Parts: sequence; structure tokens; C-alpha cells
Amino acid sequence: MTGDAVPHPRPAHLDPALIGLVLAGGAVGTAGRYGLSLAIPVVGGWHVATLVANVVGAFALGFLLEALLRPGAESRRTRRLRLGLGTGLLGGFTTFSSLAFEIERLFADGDPGTALAYAAATLVLGVAACVAGIVLGARVSAMRTDTGPGSADPSGGAAR
Amino acid sequence: MTGVLGFVLVMVCGGLGAAARFVVDGAVRARRRTAFPWATVSINVAGSFLIGVVMGAVLFHDAAETWHLLVATGFCGGFTTFSTAMVETVRLVRSDRAGLAALNALGTTVAAVAACAAGLGLTAVL
Repeated sequence: MTGDAVPHPRPAHLDPALIGLVLAGGAVGTAGRYGLSLAIPVVGGWHVATLVANVVGAFALGFLLEALLRPGAESRRTRRLRLGLGTGLLGGFTTFSSLAFEIERLFADGDPGTALAYAAATLVLGVAACVAGIVLGARVSAMRTDTGPGSADPSGGAAR
Repeated sequence: MTGVLGFVLVMVCGGLGAAARFVVDGAVRARRRTAFPWATVSINVAGSFLIGVVMGAVLFHDAAETWHLLVATGFCGGFTTFSTAMVETVRLVRSDRAGLAALNALGTTVAAVAACAAGLGLTAVL
């Protein structure tokens, strides 16, 4: 592939380079999540490491997607940032499967109170953190739109 | 399996999980465009079932702890995503679909826990 005009640009999820980008980001995000799980112990049935990763990741993804948001088609650079950092890194950093397993084990161990509290805290803090990230990201996006050079790459208009 | 090699293998499995999510998500979205984020829901529920199966094998059948690290922490962790589920929940609220938003957040959690329990239950009886 030369990168010259491609008559039928393939969808992003079938582009090997973009899949590789998501894979690399996901590996880094997974390292962060695994590292947190090694560093932060489970306290009273609360999987604090999972909670921290999920809440921080929800904030960061809300911020990233909102800060990258621009009118018009997405540029190539913006798409790479969204896929590498968002879909890859933050998607790999956060986890739903560990959350589900931890909640299930709390129920199985006869501690439904902690299970429900852990689940509720994760969802409430997750939504709140995501909203906070979006609000902050919108400010950044507005600042860049007001003062920015307006140099968004118009050639990268290929859809997401 | 510990040390640097173990850490790197967990990273690789997490990367493969994230890449698989990207491909599955794109394939599902290409087929059906709906307000409700079915792609992410399906991915999170499927990954939760898989973590149940793997952890069941570790807990009930003495499968090596390596499976826990590579498949549960690595692949399932990279495959499933909490951050996208939250962003999609907030997007539903912003588009005046609060009911769907609540269904997405609560429904995914209930379905994921149930799927994980089903995976664990399946391996328990095998």
C-alpha cells in the first residue's frame, strides 16, 4: 500500500494499521490496570484498584472524546488519537469483566451488601467522572476552536 | 509466571483483547445503527461470560494461575471496557434518552454479572 488515493477506503476496524494502533494502546492500558492491581490491595471486599482504574478511565475518555470533537469530518490525526488513546489505551485500562467477576464473587461469598455498594459506587462515580471529563474537555475544545489555527487536516475526512 | 515476562504477556493479551473489541465493535456497528449501544453491551457481556469460564477453571479445576493472568486480567480486561460504557451512557442522557441510559448502565452491569455467574456455573458442573 502506497497511501495514494485508495478508491475504496476500507472501514477503520478492518485497517491493519489502525487495529495495530488499538492493540498497542490496549497493551499500555492493560499494563496500567495490572500495575494498579498489584499496587493497591483489596480492602474489605472492595476492589479499589479496579474502581480507581474504571473511574479514572471514564473521566479521561469523556475528556478525550470531547476535547477532540470538532465540527465537520474527523481528521486522520484526530482519528489516530481517538483510536490509540481512547479505544486502545483507555478501553484497555478500564474493565467490565473484572468488575462483573468481583461483584459475582461478593454475592457468592454471601456479602450482597458489599456487592451492591461496590457496583453502585462504581456506576455513580463512573458517570460523575465521565460528565466531569466531558465538561473539562468541552472547555479545552472551545478554547482551541476560538484561538486555534484552524489547521485541522481536511484531507482525512474518511469516516470513523 | 511472574516478573517481566509475565507482565509483558499480560500486556500482549490485553492488546489483543482491545484489538478484538475494535474489530467486533466495528462489525456490529456496520450492521445495525441504533441509539442503544448494542455493540459495547454485547462485548462487555461476552467478556464477562469468558472471565467466568476462565476463573471457574482456575477455582474449580485447579487450572494454572497463568490462565487468570493471561485470559482474565489480560484478554478479558482489554476486550471489555467500562470507560466506553460510561461515555455511551452519558451520550444517551444528553440526547434525552434517560431511560435508555439507565437501562444501559444498570442493564449491562446486571447482564455482565449474570453472564459471569453463568460461566462460573458452567465450569462448576463440568
